[in-house]
Amino acid sequence: MGGFDFSNHNRNAALHAQGVPLPKATSTGTTIVGCLFDGGVVIAADTRATSGPIVADKNCEKLHYIAPQIWCAGAGTAADTEFTTAIISSNLELHALSTGRKPRVVTCMTLLKQHLFRHQGHIGAYLVVAGVDPTGAHLFTVHAHGSTDKLPYVTMGSGSLAAMSVFETQWKGKLTKDEAVKLCADAIQAGIFNDLGSGSNVDVAVITAEKTTLMRNYITPNVRERKARNYRFPKGTTAVLNEKIIKKEEISKYVTVHELEDDSVTATAETMDTS
Amino acid sequence: MIPPPDGGACVAMVGKDCVAIACDLRLGMQALTVSNNFPKIFSYGDVHLGLTGLATDVSTVSDLFRYKVNMYRLREERNISPQTMANLVSSSLYERRFGPYFVSPVIAGINQTSGKPFICGFDSIGCIDFAKDFIVSGTASDQLFGTCEGLWEPDLVSCACSGDMG
Repeated sequence: MGGFDFSNHNRNAALHAQGVPLPKATSTGTTIVGCLFDGGVVIAADTRATSGPIVADKNCEKLHYIAPQIWCAGAGTAADTEFTTAIISSNLELHALSTGRKPRVVTCMTLLKQHLFRHQGHIGAYLVVAGVDPTGAHLFTVHAHGSTDKLPYVTMGSGSLAAMSVFETQWKGKLTKDEAVKLCADAIQAGIFNDLGSGSNVDVAVITAEKTTLMRNYITPNVRERKARNYRFPKGTTAVLNEKIIKKEEISKYVTVHELEDDSVTATAETMDTS
Repeated sequence: MIPPPDGGACVAMVGKDCVAIACDLRLGMQALTVSNNFPKIFSYGDVHLGLTGLATDVSTVSDLFRYKVNMYRLREERNISPQTMANLVSSSLYERRFGPYFVSPVIAGINQTSGKPFICGFDSIGCIDFAKDFIVSGTASDQLFGTCEGLWEPDLVSCACSGDMG
């Protein structure tokens, strides 16, 4: 686990010392929230991925699968949230298989915090972990340095303040499922409209003891207008200087691929049977 | 002050039942042009990989994936699909999370099983950007973002696109 290759590190450090800027990774700006309700838990996220001031992806997925009844919302470095949730999902599946029990949310949270603490905050994953297991519905936050929280409602990412303001004014004990979904969606929308790092659509996941419902693009408040006119260039606008058609066969010059005909060698056994 | 990674631009697009991928051919450092014939798109069977960034890493990474894709073909006795290639690129880049290659790859191809066009882009540590319209990368990415956002529309037929480099 975490078998990283550092062979470029010295070179990159030398390059950086000479003034070469480090390449910028996607994400950081995000709004993610989670909220417990009577009989389950809801998590929600916006769908914007950024690279510096540029919106790199307008409809990305920030709700990650861990186990059928455990899902994770991720903020921070996009690659880190993607891969840490994937590796913990894998380990939790193996753990569930070897114990013969359904995985628990605390187990998932502990695996995540130990993984992140081991890497001393260099893995920039800020997560909201939510799920239902035999001990009930649970909601946690996990920070990149390994600290965790257990609260009835949580927010994370650059839009966390905007989202938390919604929770702090509207949250009440004993929420119904629909109320919790509405509250989470409203909190995400507060992030979408008031935080520049967040935007586009609202994704929601509802986890109950019975099932998990992932509602991708639950609300789409930022649908792009149809273009008022098109700027299609007539054919031949760009002069074709030369043309070269590369056939599929030529590409396989690096490897000798022996194409088998569909009904030859492998099918002989079958044809012999029938005859 | 040493210049940032060598310039370059790459763009991939989806059209009606087709994909297009394009790059510039310049190798240079700021104003000094070293070569006018330095391709940044590499083909691995049905999949095309565009690589912009530090020229030394463009060469290294393209060779690394040629090796990996060849090994895949020998093992599986079939070509790699664009989706599988995307996951291969992603995990290979994330392996070097704390000592990355200075490249931002772009993938374009048509899945031979489903017949559907596929494009995606990555940051230097392997985060995949699945886009249904277009992907841009390189030092001219801001300009390419502008032209693509302005000119791209669904179901482009001729799949033609030109990137103007500043």
